[in-house]
Amino acid sequence: MNAPAHLKYTKSDEWFDPASGKAGISDYAQGQLSDIVFVEILVEAGDTIEAGKPIASVESVKASAEVYSPASGKVAAVNKALPDKPELINSDPFGEAWMIQLEGGTPGDVMDAAAYEKYCAERAH
Amino acid sequence: MIEAPEQTQVKIVEPTIFELSSPGRTGVTFPASDVPETALPPEELLRPDLPLPELAEVDVVRHYMHLSSFNYSVDTGFYPLGSCTMKYNPKINEDTCRLPGFLYTHPLQPIETVQGNLALMYQLQEWLKEISGFAGVTLQPAAGAHGEFTGVLIMRAYHKSRGDHKRVKMLIPDSAHGTNPASSGMMGLQVVQIPSDSRGNVDLKALEAACDDTVVGMMLTNPNTLGLFDENIEKVIELVHGCGGLMYGDGANLNALLGIVRPGDLGFDVMHFNLHKTFAVPHGGGGPGSGPVGVAAHLVDFLPEPIVGIIEEGEDDMPPLYGFVKPAKTIGRMKAFHGHFGGGLVRAFTYIAMHGPDGLKDIAQYAVLNANYLQARLRNTYHIPYDRTCMHEFVAEGRFEGSDVRALDIAKRLMDYNFHPPTNYFPLIVHEALMIEPTETENKDTLDAFADALIKIAEEAKTQPELVKSAPHTTKFGRMDEVKAARELVLCCWLPENYDLEA
Repeated sequence: MNAPAHLKYTKSDEWFDPASGKAGISDYAQGQLSDIVFVEILVEAGDTIEAGKPIASVESVKASAEVYSPASGKVAAVNKALPDKPELINSDPFGEAWMIQLEGGTPGDVMDAAAYEKYCAERAH
Repeated sequence: MIEAPEQTQVKIVEPTIFELSSPGRTGVTFPASDVPETALPPEELLRPDLPLPELAEVDVVRHYMHLSSFNYSVDTGFYPLGSCTMKYNPKINEDTCRLPGFLYTHPLQPIETVQGNLALMYQLQEWLKEISGFAGVTLQPAAGAHGEFTGVLIMRAYHKSRGDHKRVKMLIPDSAHGTNPASSGMMGLQVVQIPSDSRGNVDLKALEAACDDTVVGMMLTNPNTLGLFDENIEKVIELVHGCGGLMYGDGANLNALLGIVRPGDLGFDVMHFNLHKTFAVPHGGGGPGSGPVGVAAHLVDFLPEPIVGIIEEGEDDMPPLYGFVKPAKTIGRMKAFHGHFGGGLVRAFTYIAMHGPDGLKDIAQYAVLNANYLQARLRNTYHIPYDRTCMHEFVAEGRFEGSDVRALDIAKRLMDYNFHPPTNYFPLIVHEALMIEPTETENKDTLDAFADALIKIAEEAKTQPELVKSAPHTTKFGRMDEVKAARELVLCCWLPENYDLEA
């Protein structure tokens, strides 16, 4: 499992990059879901969203899951390429598979990478 | 000890019916016409050709017989698909539902001409009330999820009738069937997920925190999808009722309770039955289901219309006159007619009549015994995350320390041992879930053979992981590419000519 140190993480397995304002789902989440086959982003550029509110819905061969915003703020951009290539969430969850980008986003209830890694390790058993 | 199936390389694949087609072959040859010819419809209504396969009758029959021999069914083998209650369906149900008196009737016939049908429906309503402890039952809903939707409509109508308009939330445990949040979502309700505690029960603290005057109610499956009876069920219901909410029971797992516990007595306000699970109506492949709904006394007036009632009481040797009645504050019709009559209601009626009260109790007891026997045999090989005495099913983890074999691989490998795989990856709160429901209809030999196969597969996962990860090997088709199937959906056989993909 991979959790880059510069990102913040939620208990529901989203990541947030305070520097760029981008958000997506973590490597742990994609691993649990396995092959992602569908993604729908539920917000649009210009929307104002609150941390904890749904921003996307993803489906894998095993399950479907809601993705909640890790931060509050104004949506500057959404990743329009992602719905056509949902497999990017498996191959590059922290890079090309970003879902939304916030302008001046304020993180909600998030933790740092070390705490998140510990949280994931606890759940594996 | 069970022998591991050998790999077979030969695959017999049946061509499609289109590939079998040969121009000019027909199933039926018409005699020369002995009536005058009439003009064809206008040209714009005609098409130059219709690409239908051309085959003789015998070729069509053989094609579909070959395909049907690829099937796996309850009638061919053990089918421990958790949550689906794939019990054996007694063949007498097939006889009764084909009785001409039932078969050749129409829902628009005058009631005087279908008294037998109505008497059966009335009696089934009465039996379902007695079995569940509810005051009223509708037989209309076409399936379990349709029953849920009906139940949630009734709950909403109840609150509205009291002028209580602020209730917008439905509480649903994280172990719930996905249909529960879907049914609530269809009503425009907000779904609030309630976590499970370490014993697999509803987390009471979280529930208490969620209970307020905006709660429509709670949808709870008991026993839940872990196969566990909620140890605090009375407290759960007290909390929901305490905030003015109603308690909805998902009756999917009623098989475990027949003749022992009545949901109505526990305090549930509404519940749907899955006749196709609990009362032995064949199902799978999407239907047909049957999802009657039972309600407590304070909700009887809201039932869908019509329900079957007695219009005129009988006298001495005269039976009563059955007909349709409209509940006072009905939510309206949920289906054009009266439910899945022949397919669902007659079969379920037969099943209940054949078993009687003691037989129904036996069903629940054997279902629970079988599940516990399997759980006990597998406990040392597969991790059981919520390890308690289970009800009619249990959930094991399909993974092993130091092995990358997963639940999906184990499920596929079971097919090589000629067993239908259990439900996997559900419920979501268990990693690599294998949800096993043997049902009461299986004998000890079958349960032992299944347990032996699972134990053998666990050994293979350590010694020959590649064999398990590439399973199945003995089936007509090998491992399907589920990812490709989901990502590249093709929902029709061919694209119409000139179809613009980009449009």
